Amino acid sequence: MSEDFKVEIVNPEKSFLIKEDVSEVVVPAFEGEMGILKDHISIISFLKPGIIKISSKSGEENYYVEDGIVEFKNNNLSILTSTIINLTELDKSKQQDLLKLAENEANNTKINDQSKYLVDQKIEVLRSLN
Amino acid sequence: MASLDDLKKRIASVKSTQKITKAMKMVAAAKLRRAQESAEKGRPYSEKMNNVILNLSSGISDKENAPKLLSGSGNDKVHLCVVMTSDRGLCGGFNTNIIKKAKSYFAKLKEDGKQLKIITVGSKGNDQLKRAYGDKIISNVSFKESKHANYFDAEKVGKMVIKKFEAEEFDVCTIFFNQFKNVITQIPQAQQIIPLNVENSEGDKSEDSYEFEPDEDEILSNLLPKNISTQIFKAMLENSASEQGSRMSAMDNATRNAGEMVDKLTIEYNRSRQAAITKELIEIISGAESL
Repeated sequence: MSEDFKVEIVNPEKSFLIKEDVSEVVVPAFEGEMGILKDHISIISFLKPGIIKISSKSGEENYYVEDGIVEFKNNNLSILTSTIINLTELDKSKQQDLLKLAENEANNTKINDQSKYLVDQKIEVLRSLN
Repeated sequence: MASLDDLKKRIASVKSTQKITKAMKMVAAAKLRRAQESAEKGRPYSEKMNNVILNLSSGISDKENAPKLLSGSGNDKVHLCVVMTSDRGLCGGFNTNIIKKAKSYFAKLKEDGKQLKIITVGSKGNDQLKRAYGDKIISNVSFKESKHANYFDAEKVGKMVIKKFEAEEFDVCTIFFNQFKNVITQIPQAQQIIPLNVENSEGDKSEDSYEFEPDEDEILSNLLPKNISTQIFKAMLENSASEQGSRMSAMDNATRNAGEMVDKLTIEYNRSRQAAITKELIEIISGAESL
């Protein structure tokens, strides 16, 4: 028996990534990082800003996400997200742009506690990438 | 009868119009392919989103405390209509069809004594609704700068709608757009997005029980606002494919009509040219005879 399962990442514009031979995925779920292996129980959760780590035979891939929903069912992992960037494509200037955007948002005093928390997370993740 | 010179000028002008409509048709055809592609690519996201919500809402036992975006505000007095049209004209009945659909809905609301608020997306819809419903339009959004529909624009509209809902400015929200069926057929649609009509939506409802982290309510209240944006984005994609399809067939017709007109004018031109020649000949002959 193989230990592989299928992962599909979809963003509103297209199907971003489909991989069949994934052995482990680590997602930044809202209540902490969550590792998903084969035959995980059916689960729905949503994401906070962070890094998705996908381990497969062909190596490890890292993606930066800002939000999203994960659904795992019958060894199919679907990740719906509006912002996803492959870490290898995320260069310094892009990272700085995102950071600046997040900092502007954080300085906005009108936002509520939950979005404040998410923005703080975003800043933390972006800074840690340096 | 028009003089020869006039006819010549008209033929030239119709021909140049034909050139323009032909070019527009080509451009629309190219854009249509791209718009159709992105509409197809965008479909998995909205479908998946729909399924997740379906699964979630069926798991909610306590209907009374369900998020308001799902269950509604409890009232049915103020209706918000988001009318989505294009920013450019010359696309046949595309905008007119949406407006017609929206107007009949407005009339029904009025009959039922409901209050109406309108948000127009796209400048053409605003132009057409301004006269009759100017006082009802609370906002007008236009994405002239964006080359094609993108999610951030949809999110802007979605956030605006949600903010107004949270401020209790309306109870029911409906979006109007054209669904793309094929190049010749686009169906104007009215879709209610707040409160979400879960019972009527399609999707594979699974019987599996899910584990939720955190609990259902929290996920739902996070997911529903995203779903609004997603639905609006879907409508935008459908709309842009419909717009190009509609423009393509309109311009195809225009090109054909211009061709027919050129033919007709050419015949008329040749006839009057011959008539002029004949007239001149008769004059010469009768002049020679009289000598």
